[in-house]
Amino acid sequence: MDRRSFLTFAAGSAGLAATGGAAAAPAAGDGFVDTNVHLGSWAVRRGWADAPAELAARLRRHGVTAAWTGHFDAVLHSDLGGANARLAAACAGSGGLLVPFGTVNPTFPDWADDLRRCREVHGMPGIRLYPNYHGYGLDDPRFAALLARAAASRLLVQIAVLLEDERSQNPALVAAPVNLAPLPEVLAQTPGARVMLLNSGGRVLNAHTPLLQRLIQAGCGFEIATLEGAGGLGALLQRSPGAKVAFGSHAPWFYFEAALLKLQESELTAAQLAAVRHGHATALLSPA
Amino acid sequence: MNRRTFCTTLATGAALPAIAAARPADVPATASAWGNADDLRNLGIWDVHIHVGSPGATPEKRMETLLRSADRLGVERLCTMMSPPWQYEPTPEQFRRSNDDVLAIVKSFPERAFGFVYLNPRHLKESLAELERCVADGPMVGIKLWVGTRANAPELDPIVRRAAELKALILQHTWIKQRGKGNLPHESTPMELAELSARHPGFPMVCGHTGGGDWALGIRAIRDRPELHADLGGGDPVYGEVEMAVRELGASRVLYGSDANGRSFASQLGRVLGADISVADKKLILRENLRRLLLPALTRKGIRA
Repeated sequence: MDRRSFLTFAAGSAGLAATGGAAAAPAAGDGFVDTNVHLGSWAVRRGWADAPAELAARLRRHGVTAAWTGHFDAVLHSDLGGANARLAAACAGSGGLLVPFGTVNPTFPDWADDLRRCREVHGMPGIRLYPNYHGYGLDDPRFAALLARAAASRLLVQIAVLLEDERSQNPALVAAPVNLAPLPEVLAQTPGARVMLLNSGGRVLNAHTPLLQRLIQAGCGFEIATLEGAGGLGALLQRSPGAKVAFGSHAPWFYFEAALLKLQESELTAAQLAAVRHGHATALLSPA
Repeated sequence: MNRRTFCTTLATGAALPAIAAARPADVPATASAWGNADDLRNLGIWDVHIHVGSPGATPEKRMETLLRSADRLGVERLCTMMSPPWQYEPTPEQFRRSNDDVLAIVKSFPERAFGFVYLNPRHLKESLAELERCVADGPMVGIKLWVGTRANAPELDPIVRRAAELKALILQHTWIKQRGKGNLPHESTPMELAELSARHPGFPMVCGHTGGGDWALGIRAIRDRPELHADLGGGDPVYGEVEMAVRELGASRVLYGSDANGRSFASQLGRVLGADISVADKKLILRENLRRLLLPALTRKGIRA
């Protein structure tokens, strides 16, 4: 992004902030898609917005035009059908800003019906998985079965690699990051599957490992919430220009500004900026 | 980016307010009202915690790389410490080599870099000699203590006493991993730093990372030691840390630090700019508190700031 582009975007945000309403939502090219948002409260700490309306209003003020949203209830609740219904209802009241991503746990009985409801009842464009809290690995045949069924239903699958730094987790609520090593092979065996990784920074994006290249080649998408390093986004795109890296904030658990400023910290071309802001997200959701 | 451009960015899009119900009186309700443009133009951010592990063939080249990112976000002065390779328990030869890199950086970027000498109190005699070389007789203004010795160890006392004579600022790394069970063998906690502080009342020090991911415990641990200041940097930009630090310690004891280049300037600045605190408190955290702490050493060195 060059400075001019960023400031043009920033000026758009200011206008939104001044008016503060959905009616002032920017055109798609001016705003961006936040691919990593949650409703609800995580067990150990509050986020910066408790109510869906407040979250949506504040994301709008930042220039967000769509926020792909899961629900923290889906991480630990067993009644995922109920959690997904609440998520859908809450998002429906956001004027189209919050886009619901329900959750399916393939170790649960009759999980396929949860998946069907996400698509057919709630009209969700994708689902969000928490394998490290739900008790399965990506080499589990049940995950492969879920991925195949999601592909058949044309659902994007988001995998939360972690929700919080494993070093700071409450001892009663420990979950190691998801092991991604099996994923490229599973993807290769599942035609039509679309997968995006959330919060993969520390394990994958920052590490510059061969696994990252295998995931890129397998068509995985990524987002920037946990991408770190000074000028980290620019460095990532320089060494891995094929990486489909979208904007993600991990709001309201993280400060939104932490992700926003990453777009300014690196010198990106206009094309790179557009791809991060909305291009890759749009392509992941609606492949050609 | 110059400061003016940065401030325009802040005033328009990057620094936004948070929960209305919890917002102090002078936190603006809209982004366009964020602060006064002239105030921000004159602010200039000071970063209490950076390392030079960025790409580059020489220390100076690595600093150039880092400054390109810092410039885009308005970070003006950078407390610079440790150069790769990272060594948990460095020998005297190893910490001297690391400090040579920082000295080269300070020499090349005197308007940007404040040098902090890296010591390992396990090698006390050599550490004291290095303190003389780099701070008493050299251009550095602070001391960095990492994971070579726990902060409550008696070996630190002579270092603290000499630092007080030199008016050097000590930054002690602290972290609480898995409630302390995951810490490295000699990695300090904020609780241990508080013990050291109690032996040296009145001497200001910086609690690096303030316990890291478990900052809520770190803030509690240093609350009763008014000499200890909370460095916000190095952890994930989780909501609540800045608000709690200001609430429990007062804004004058809270410092912006990034822990770049491992961390992003952006993610660490974002937590301050996005916090539910007043604009006045943000200014203290982003610049004024660190300037106040460093001023005695800078004055002693004749460094204008």
